[in-house]
Amino acid sequence: MKLIILNDYDQASEWAAKYIRNKILMFKPGPDRYFTLGLPTGSTPLGCYKKLIEYYKNGEVSFQYVKTFNMDEYVALPRDHPESYHSFMWNNFFKHIDIKAENTHILDGNAADLQAECDAFEEKITAAGGIELFVGGIGPDGHIAFNEPGSSLVSRTRVKTLAKDTIMANARFFDGDLSKVPTMALTVGVGTVMDAKEVMILITGAHKAFALYKAIEDGVNHMWTVSAFQQHPQTVFVCDEDATLELRVKTVKYFKGMMHVHNKLVESPPSGK
Amino acid sequence: MPSNKSVSDAPITQFINCRILREHQLQRDDLWVREGKILDPEKLFFDEQGYADKRVDCEGSIIAPGFIDVQINGGYGIDFSQACEDVCSGVSFVAKKILEHGVTSFCPTLVTSPPAVYHKVPPTLQLHDVLPQVKVHNGGSHGAGVLGFHLEGPFISLEKKGAHPAQFLRPFKSGDISDLMEAYGSLDNVAMVTLAPELANSQSVVRELSQRGITVSLGHSVANLSQAEDAVKHGATFITHLFNAMLPFHHRDPGIVGLLTSDQVPAGRTVYYGMIADGIHTNPAALRIAHRAHPSGLVLVTDAITAMGLPPGRHTLGQQVIEIQGLHAYVAGTTTLCGSIATMDMCVRHFKQASGCSVEEALEAASLHPAQLLGISNKKGNLDYGSDADLLLLDEALNIKATYISGEEVWRKEP
Repeated sequence: MKLIILNDYDQASEWAAKYIRNKILMFKPGPDRYFTLGLPTGSTPLGCYKKLIEYYKNGEVSFQYVKTFNMDEYVALPRDHPESYHSFMWNNFFKHIDIKAENTHILDGNAADLQAECDAFEEKITAAGGIELFVGGIGPDGHIAFNEPGSSLVSRTRVKTLAKDTIMANARFFDGDLSKVPTMALTVGVGTVMDAKEVMILITGAHKAFALYKAIEDGVNHMWTVSAFQQHPQTVFVCDEDATLELRVKTVKYFKGMMHVHNKLVESPPSGK
Repeated sequence: MPSNKSVSDAPITQFINCRILREHQLQRDDLWVREGKILDPEKLFFDEQGYADKRVDCEGSIIAPGFIDVQINGGYGIDFSQACEDVCSGVSFVAKKILEHGVTSFCPTLVTSPPAVYHKVPPTLQLHDVLPQVKVHNGGSHGAGVLGFHLEGPFISLEKKGAHPAQFLRPFKSGDISDLMEAYGSLDNVAMVTLAPELANSQSVVRELSQRGITVSLGHSVANLSQAEDAVKHGATFITHLFNAMLPFHHRDPGIVGLLTSDQVPAGRTVYYGMIADGIHTNPAALRIAHRAHPSGLVLVTDAITAMGLPPGRHTLGQQVIEIQGLHAYVAGTTTLCGSIATMDMCVRHFKQASGCSVEEALEAASLHPAQLLGISNKKGNLDYGSDADLLLLDEALNIKATYISGEEVWRKEP
């Protein structure tokens, strides 16, 4: 595991975006070779998306041969609802870049048969050759995607009932009206993300500090589903100073001491071919 | 890349590198157009997996809805009210010329005229009538669209007749449709009627017109406030060139001007008012008073006459010789103003400068507000998804760079 500690949210976002950019470039995607990218929604990745858009506009990276798979979507929320994850992805990322619609995949929370939709999603990931890099964020309770506390660590894509805490936290996006907040979601499983070749988790802010502690310093535990990635061969956590508040000084110092090595991963793009 | 055939084969244009006026704000976003309508690109992406066939680089321009002029009497030497050989070609000529001023649709305005101008008369009489010749039609490369006539008079006040010929003014006799038919012959192709609400029997006429979807405007009138409020309760929604041809504001009876702050306007309704913002016909201080009192009702109109668009110097128009100096049109050899010659884009710029309002407000006063007034804001006057792609490219100073109607470029400034 790598733990990348940056000063603040903006720097963490930039580091993550550069890392994704370099991964795509080094993969050398083409018409017969698509780079597969797992993507999150929420406030944490916004800065990272902004940077990726900037790199696209500067001509540093193209998404023409990138396939994306999103982690989750609400059930029964109209697709064009401003809070749907379709809307989020369109407004904050897809509309600004050169990705093709047929290469983006977001679970359909309005499908007639929800479980069939989830199974089909898994099949699409398999058909695309698996995920090269799955990017995720976590909730303060350590949930990855909508794998709420107690979710199986070998779970696959499925329908989940949202935790009361999540529903309450989401109410602010639905006029503060609890009755309008979706109570169910489709989500990739922990196992689905574990299958990716590489996983990058973004964690910023003091309110996520305990979750980061549980993720990397405590044991693997289904009550903190993000801790499952301790058993993933290739995980990188990208966080800001605030998110490290619950970590041991020793942990922080160790990883900060490695930054000069890790920063090589995000150096200016390898000469494009 | 073509779009999904199951929905439409039509090519898709994406305007990029622009700031578009949407939701009362200039937003950095692209604008998508298909089949003459504004397209929701998110739906296109997710439903059809479609793409733009053509990209137009706007080089940082503002994109605003096309201007709508609800009061224009003519221009470029043409007077719509003069029943001449071929009024159709006159309207078409002006319609084409005003594209460069950003007007994508308009209401040709007829001042009080002899009956022959309005009426369809047997061709044997060799009288050339105006009303039946010009039909409501969409704009295009041939010119701005015609939304219907604005009939200013003849049911107006003698006292406030302005330049209207006194001998053709009429009262309401019965207050029903027969009065209108007698005067106009037909109400087809009529979008708006300006009348004086203090005339006897006017209220039932106001109702009759409103029920037919024709906008009723109050003007050329000596009405007091309560008469004006009554007319609004019966369906009137507009004030013709505020301050002009009406009683001046008086604090004990503010007259028609008082409608701007009246508490008698039925809930959910807005009274709009036309404003000639040429810097000459309305003093900037008066313009500011109106704008600050009732910003959402302000509709910019040119009220342009024959001389609009003509170069400086002397011109013979009908029986009259006029002299154009700057924005002033005088009866030649005098200092008597003979009408407005401002173009719509000038009015927008002047309004912004004089009122200190935002770019958004200035643009909406010439687009969204007139569309709302005419009840066509479901397709015109905004850049919402599904609306007609009548749009303007403007620079920072609100000079028109290009005009589009139904997504098609109909005018572009020479480089």
